Amino acid sequence: MATVTTTKAASEDKELLISGSEAVAESLTLADIDVVTAYPIRPYDTVMQAIAKKIANGQLVAEYIVAEGEHSQFEIVKHASTVGARVFCGSSGVGWMYAMECLVVTPPLRVPMVCLVGNRALDDPGAFGVEHNDALVVRDLGWMLCWIDTSQEALDTTLIAYRVAEDRRIFLPLAISADGAFLTHSQAITMVPPKEKVDRFLPRYDRGDLLLHPDNPITVAPQANEDWVIEIRRQNDEAMKRAVGVIEEAYADFRRIFGRGPENPWFEEYMADDAEVILIGMGTISLPIKVAIREMRAKGKKVGLIRLRWFRPFPFERLVKALSGAKAIGVIDRDYSFGSPFHSGVVANEIRASLYNADKRPPLLSFICGLGGREVTLEDVNKAVDMCDAAARSGKSDAKTHWLGVRE
Amino acid sequence: MAETTFGNATQVLEPFRGIKKVTLEEYFTSGHRTCQGCESALVMKLMVKAAGPRTIVLGSTGCMYVANTTYYTTPWVVPWMHTQLGSSGSAALGTAAGLKALMRKGKMKAEPINVIAFCGDGGGADMGLGAISATLTHKEYNSLILLYDNESYANTDIQLSGMTPYGAHTTFSPPGKVHRLIHKRWKKNVAGLMAAGHPECRYVATVCASYAVEMMNKVRRALTIGGPTFIHSLDPCPKGWDYDPMLSHELGELAIETGIFPLYEVEDGVVKYYGKTKAIVEGRPRKPVRDYLLKQGRFAHFTEEDLAYFQEKVDQQWEQWEIPGVVPFRKLDAAQAALNVK
Repeated sequence: MATVTTTKAASEDKELLISGSEAVAESLTLADIDVVTAYPIRPYDTVMQAIAKKIANGQLVAEYIVAEGEHSQFEIVKHASTVGARVFCGSSGVGWMYAMECLVVTPPLRVPMVCLVGNRALDDPGAFGVEHNDALVVRDLGWMLCWIDTSQEALDTTLIAYRVAEDRRIFLPLAISADGAFLTHSQAITMVPPKEKVDRFLPRYDRGDLLLHPDNPITVAPQANEDWVIEIRRQNDEAMKRAVGVIEEAYADFRRIFGRGPENPWFEEYMADDAEVILIGMGTISLPIKVAIREMRAKGKKVGLIRLRWFRPFPFERLVKALSGAKAIGVIDRDYSFGSPFHSGVVANEIRASLYNADKRPPLLSFICGLGGREVTLEDVNKAVDMCDAAARSGKSDAKTHWLGVRE
Repeated sequence: MAETTFGNATQVLEPFRGIKKVTLEEYFTSGHRTCQGCESALVMKLMVKAAGPRTIVLGSTGCMYVANTTYYTTPWVVPWMHTQLGSSGSAALGTAAGLKALMRKGKMKAEPINVIAFCGDGGGADMGLGAISATLTHKEYNSLILLYDNESYANTDIQLSGMTPYGAHTTFSPPGKVHRLIHKRWKKNVAGLMAAGHPECRYVATVCASYAVEMMNKVRRALTIGGPTFIHSLDPCPKGWDYDPMLSHELGELAIETGIFPLYEVEDGVVKYYGKTKAIVEGRPRKPVRDYLLKQGRFAHFTEEDLAYFQEKVDQQWEQWEIPGVVPFRKLDAAQAALNVK
């Protein structure tokens, strides 16, 4: 029933007790990145601190540039990527917003930038804690987006990210989202593979005919206007569609070479096979949900979890299949979308839309919980499951969005 | 990967000794649709002619983006890429860093490649100032940032920028019945700002394409000295300044001869005037600013009072500035007076 990912420790792997951010830095070293730009904002900046140490200690040879703001931070790596450099960048919360103009131009330029977003609530008021609205702001623009849950997944996904983004069939930027504090700062045992295996998995970045170099004198991003813009958008759309196959290919190769990683790249199913109520969430919210599910299962309640890993491309077909047996679905968003249909969070409405053409549309309840880094408690999860139970019995969704754990 | 020693080698580009010695090859050719009399287009042509074929040019948004590169055409023979309005500094830095990383790690054939990022006065002196400033502190990356200053946002319909002269008529500063002058800010001193504020930037210069050979030689100096450098070019703009396109060259000369725009270079902290500016410093009288201003429709609403104010401000930059026309700190007596207050 449960398809928990097994971690088969290959003998050459090194075992380290590291945080999610540090795990990403391990991957960046293994991937031999060429240019990295830093600018401080909590909580993502822990990855830059880790990279700075690696560079200072000679473990990584890369141009390490501390920029004067996020806008420059992202522009610098964008341009480095166009001359053929493997690049890394990242941000959090309003820092990501400050870079917005540069985030917009990256997909149509087909720059395979890989970034870490340490998810953080947007100002105002100031808050360090996690919310997913920062990364989600690029959801319509051609960025691939995924959410990770553990240090191991941080390390593995970073390697997969370069493999996918730099695939010539794709050439799109990719942001890996890690919940601020809960993952960026929390340490766990992580298996670090040897460089030799990484080299087998991850080819060199080849900019090909798009390389900006005197030997290839091209003009990049001229003014196109109405003559060509819609065709360029369409090319982005095709690339995002192709990403589906490339991601599946990358995960399969990853499993073959490293001996670990999920069979289903798109989402983790936890006791979801026979579940009557399926909860859906992204990121570290899985921990309290899994604990609650184990307690409920012990009492004979058939509850499961689908933890979405990939948000763009959104695995709507696979999700519909996975959800078809459920009697009720509860989506717990760690984000908001004010004024949206049903006043729901972003994920809930994506899933509603995914189900629209399905033969079986189980009742769907929408929850918003854990904003600003507030702890998601067992009580919150239990409350959500109780409401889903009622919907399962009546066979009807309510048209509301339920905020959990809010002082009224 | 083992790190090999990788210095700041630049190309060898000797100064042109006279107009007849200038190379014939063009790297900015047909395929653009700039206005008749456009000096900025000339600046692009001379800039990349001086730089030669092993050059990458990054262009931030502005008329030298929109009017030059309209898909399917391009005037650029060298590789060229658009960058965002405020990103000329970041574009230069990122491109130079990418090349350096790949070359020092043996992933790309090592050779000095010129990296030039250009920006307009809006993109450079307004929005992109912070990024340019940051780039000028990264001495390990060779690049040139060239600001082509036509004194307005000329691409978007002539709106005022931080570089628009006092009182000029733009679409954001139209003279009206109650307010004759909407724009009352004095123009930023960008070259001075860059030279004074970035002690490890080895080369800052001002140029004017009316003096083409000198202009190209400044570009060559900027590309060969090593590290990040900055050039500010004053470009008469028939559309934005409202004059007959045949007068572009003459207006460039007048900007220098009136002392409004001094020609100088700051190499390793030493200021050197050149051309007609040098003659002014050595005592040749400046032409009155009215000779320059009244040839342009953007100052047509000026009264005698406005002309007098403009003249007074230009006089100040020659008579009261610590380094005439370059650094606007007031002379030592003012500093002494400040001490005496204590």
